[in-house]
Amino acid sequence: MTVMEQRGAYRPTPPPAWQPRTDPAPLLPDALPHRVLGTDAAAKVDPALLRRLHSELVRGRRYNVQATALTKQGRLAVYPSSTGQEACEVAAALVLEDRDWLFPSYRDTLAAVARGLDPVQALTLLRGDWHTGYDPHEHRIAPLCTPLATQLPHAVGLAHAARLKGDDVVALALVGDGGTSEGDFHEALNFAAVWQAPVVFLVQNNGFAISVPLAKQTAAPSLAHKAVGYGMPGRLVDGNDAVAVHQVLSEAIAHARAGGGPTLVEAVTYRIDAHTNADDATRYRGDAEVETWRGHDPVTLVERELTERGLLDEAALQAVRDDAEAMAADLRERMNQDPVLDPMDLFAHVYAQPTTQLLEQESQLRAELDAEADGTLGAGPHGPEGAGR
Amino acid sequence: MTTVALKPATMAQALGRALRDAMAADPSVHVMGEDVGTLGGVFRVTDGLAKEFGDDRCTDTPLAEAGILGAAVGMAMYGLRPVVEMQFDAFAYPAFEQLLSHVAKMRNRTRGAMPLPITIRVPYGGGIGGVEHHSDSSEAYYMATPGLHVVMPATVSDAYGMLREAIASDDPVVFLEPKRLYWSKDSWNPDEPEAVEPIGRAVVRREGRSATLITYGPSVPVCLEAAEAARAEGWDLEVVDLRSLVPFDDETVAASVRRTGRAVVVHESTGFGGPGGEIAARVTERCFHHLEAPVLRVAGFDIPYPPPMLERHHLPGVDRILDAVGRLQWEAQS
Repeated sequence: MTVMEQRGAYRPTPPPAWQPRTDPAPLLPDALPHRVLGTDAAAKVDPALLRRLHSELVRGRRYNVQATALTKQGRLAVYPSSTGQEACEVAAALVLEDRDWLFPSYRDTLAAVARGLDPVQALTLLRGDWHTGYDPHEHRIAPLCTPLATQLPHAVGLAHAARLKGDDVVALALVGDGGTSEGDFHEALNFAAVWQAPVVFLVQNNGFAISVPLAKQTAAPSLAHKAVGYGMPGRLVDGNDAVAVHQVLSEAIAHARAGGGPTLVEAVTYRIDAHTNADDATRYRGDAEVETWRGHDPVTLVERELTERGLLDEAALQAVRDDAEAMAADLRERMNQDPVLDPMDLFAHVYAQPTTQLLEQESQLRAELDAEADGTLGAGPHGPEGAGR
Repeated sequence: MTTVALKPATMAQALGRALRDAMAADPSVHVMGEDVGTLGGVFRVTDGLAKEFGDDRCTDTPLAEAGILGAAVGMAMYGLRPVVEMQFDAFAYPAFEQLLSHVAKMRNRTRGAMPLPITIRVPYGGGIGGVEHHSDSSEAYYMATPGLHVVMPATVSDAYGMLREAIASDDPVVFLEPKRLYWSKDSWNPDEPEAVEPIGRAVVRREGRSATLITYGPSVPVCLEAAEAARAEGWDLEVVDLRSLVPFDDETVAASVRRTGRAVVVHESTGFGGPGGEIAARVTERCFHHLEAPVLRVAGFDIPYPPPMLERHHLPGVDRILDAVGRLQWEAQS
């Protein structure tokens, strides 16, 4: 039979190796961000959780205000504020067990503090006396990460390692909307899904990557939709509703802990302050937009729920505010003391054993410091026309 | 006493044996990369590891170098000792941000609280007829990054011994494997591998009195060949195999040059901005009054790596090395 004779009978079939890899429907995020406060579900929320979230939110807001003030006093080199995003920061800290790991970005010092890290240690990077001001193993908080999204593969690797060792540990990685455009975001989510690593990614979509709005960052239906492409569930949540964020993250972490693999959570929130104290937000956004979001404030949302349910009287509210004030006063006092620096630390941790070249350079700096102390720095050998020749 | 009959082994086999022995000795050692599992790596260095230790210890990862190294960082944070394979020198570049911003700095930024014992194996260098992006000498990028060890074996024994030491190191090690030496053979007993000099020590591969050839990795056999050829010219050349660019063994190099009074640095990497400039400066700083001539460099040209049919014109060969030796101002000798 010739090819021409076959043609009449030939019916194309699907490509031989192709089969659907997974059903996308269960992975898709809801059409609207998940909310609890202001809905009927709010009445069922445990009062203890509401009170805990409230006190942490009030502390968190006070922390943001205090840290911003410290930049104006020259005590911090820079502060990327999380004002307006406290619900995400606080919920991220509260949903984790002690043995779990948090992977923060530079905007997430509040999450680290809410997890129990000393705020002075959390702010070391931003004061500038060292890079990481704490032992990451102590509270299981990875170093605050500045290069965007590069901490995400670390979270995947750590979660993967924990699972290989048979440990019941989940990693929670924080990233912003801008960070989702980075290649490391893609690679981390892909590895996490392929390895079914117990890791949860929380994207705080605060509307801006410094000045660039989300519309210039992505054409995806939502950032949560990106999860589907990796084969993991995407969840969309109101990032200013602390109860909703707490709920969604808790479910995702329980899912991961049970061996269900990773989840991508997009929390829709807003950066009330500029990118940092060095940024001028009036160049790229109007006051009206900011005011709209101030009307959806994470602290107020919880406070209103507590008050309406009769769970927070004046005295209790004052106690929460006093506690936050005491934290701020302690932070202010300790940050107003100059850190004690030893320049020789520059050489101490480059390698486990310093190279001979570093030992030579260490000696050079030590000699310079000694000369500085003696007042003889610069009094060394001079040229032929110099002093003393 | 019985004498063990030494069989010839290739560098690739010795590297594979080093990985196997390290994995057997320490359950925290994990090998990961592209095609390292079922296939055994494109150079077959990881052949058999997945079968012996399982997919969780020798893992085929998605094809994403930043992801591979980034995940290795997280694994090391949790107490594992990852050995990652970058499939080819020029394919390692997507991992640079992880390498420079995290792997190299983590110990320092955490004041020693979070060292990263990661070995990054990179098949590197030219001479195998590879098409574009398969023959780069990328060592200068790595050695310019504080926090990394940068090492390269040139012998079968060193391949085994140095890889074992790299994996045992608590610091990240960029382990550059000269591709064209993968199939070089030497007498080597895999069951009783001989001890080698520690990483950070250079080794004099050939003693000589006339001049020192300072080299490493794939250029070591070329320099040894040049030294043999130089005998006909009446030159007795010393060949120093650096073995490690970081840490750098100033002592061994300077001692050799003080003896010979003349030096040529030989490597495949570009001359401009390549390691040779740093090495020549270090030699000059330490041996100025012993030098009879400026330290010369024989390096790859300052060009993108050439297509395979032209690479022989680019790579430092015996003639180019001898030509440089001839320019070491012998006429000034009385």
